[in-house]
Amino acid sequence: MKTEKSKLQSELTAGRFVVTAEICPPRGTDTSVFLEKARLLSGSIVAANVTDNQRAVMRLSSLACSVLLLQAGIEPVFQMTCRDRNRLGIQSDLLGAWALGLKNILALSGDDVSAGDHRGAKSVFDLDSVQLVHTISTLNNGRNLNGKELRGGTGFYTGAVVAPEAEPWEPEEIKFEKKIAVGAKFFQTQAIYDMERFKRFFDKASASFPEVKILGGILLLKSAKMAEFLNKNVPGVTVPGHYIDELNAAPDQLQKGIEIASRQVRELKKYCHGAHIMAIGQERSVIPIIEGA
Amino acid sequence: MIITKKKNIDDVVESLDNRKDVYLIGCGSCAEQCKTGGETEIKEMARTLTERGFNVRGGSVIDETCYRQLVLKEFRKEKDLKDSESILVLACGAGVKTVSEAAPEKTPVLAALDSLFLASVERYGRFFEGCSLCGECLLSDTAGICPHTECPKGLLNGPCGGVADGMCEVNTENPCAWVMIYKKLKAQDRLYLLKKVRPLKDHSGANGPQSVLLRNPKKSTGLEPR
Repeated sequence: MKTEKSKLQSELTAGRFVVTAEICPPRGTDTSVFLEKARLLSGSIVAANVTDNQRAVMRLSSLACSVLLLQAGIEPVFQMTCRDRNRLGIQSDLLGAWALGLKNILALSGDDVSAGDHRGAKSVFDLDSVQLVHTISTLNNGRNLNGKELRGGTGFYTGAVVAPEAEPWEPEEIKFEKKIAVGAKFFQTQAIYDMERFKRFFDKASASFPEVKILGGILLLKSAKMAEFLNKNVPGVTVPGHYIDELNAAPDQLQKGIEIASRQVRELKKYCHGAHIMAIGQERSVIPIIEGA
Repeated sequence: MIITKKKNIDDVVESLDNRKDVYLIGCGSCAEQCKTGGETEIKEMARTLTERGFNVRGGSVIDETCYRQLVLKEFRKEKDLKDSESILVLACGAGVKTVSEAAPEKTPVLAALDSLFLASVERYGRFFEGCSLCGECLLSDTAGICPHTECPKGLLNGPCGGVADGMCEVNTENPCAWVMIYKKLKAQDRLYLLKKVRPLKDHSGANGPQSVLLRNPKKSTGLEPR
């Protein structure tokens, strides 16, 4: 089946700087606010990532919300984690997503259930994120995980996640390379704050894998308090002290956070393929971040 | 060794279902070492239940409560055990199951403990989970550290993005299993094992309920590979 490339894929392969942003589905079936936020952003971003029960908190399905975005004329990046479904559920949802018109997918391991609101739940993790990327590639090749030919396969533009600030770095780098080996075409990174370190990662990765596209992850700091909370509670995220000082000194901390994010995006524009903005609960701020960059 | 923990006593009492007559069985292997089903715990349970109005007819600590022949022997030896209105077992689930199979059909056999995991013993009183009996051992490739067990997500291809300074994002007191595997493989000059994409795990080897029958056990050489 020959299909048109997604806008995300076209823009990235054309070498244009791409901005994506994350939107969280509602806890319930009222999608009005979700769609309103998406519409607001649609003029400024290329695609919107729809999170999949993020932080293991139960919400409206990312597949359904991605399709709703598509119907509203906004390009989604369908996020899929390995936490909530086994290989049967994952493959069948992937086929469903493709049949409903979704083209971009982001494969993640997913946060542990102990981080969320259903702590007694059984985590699945029948697959890990490398195996999920492999599964998507398998369906893209018209087969299922059993090797059986499908009556119509998929053609996803497959993305994955990398944490450029992970410590120790080498095992994370090995995993990053494995994701590429099994078919990841683009990466949206975890939040980055050490811009020099990120540039070193980017330079090495883009030299080794020139065909792979990388979008630097920008997490909006809404306040100094939030930055401190991230440092204490969010695994793999470290906000350097100078950002916290800057926020503390500002009369309007959110405004300062937007300014910091803009600065980071501006920096990325110089060499990177794009930026992925995560502004949890403050999606409206994505617009001034982009405008300021 | 199987690690167990005591159930809440109110739940135990409720499970006895107003049967006032009860016999206690402990286990001299794992449960005794865990301090959940040895002589001391049987006595303590007897005292507690007596205070709550139960008639505790007796108690035994069987050497291995998961061994049917030993359990049957106890039934032959202890008339009170056979005649008791109910039996409360202070052992792992395998022990409860074995007693339940050996007891008269009309007699409820109840569990006083929750079974937690298969443990390695670091030292007396310090147990940790290193194996989850998955049916497809990975330890040769992972430097003796089981990612299926020690990584809370059971990831097979390396650490998740949540690793923070080498520590696990879920159990923040523990080092990340994949970082430990990485360090050890590196020291063994076998990092190529980490670089290999590990395929999906075959879980069929661990699908229960399982049973094993060694024909003519004295001559048997054990289970053959599949």
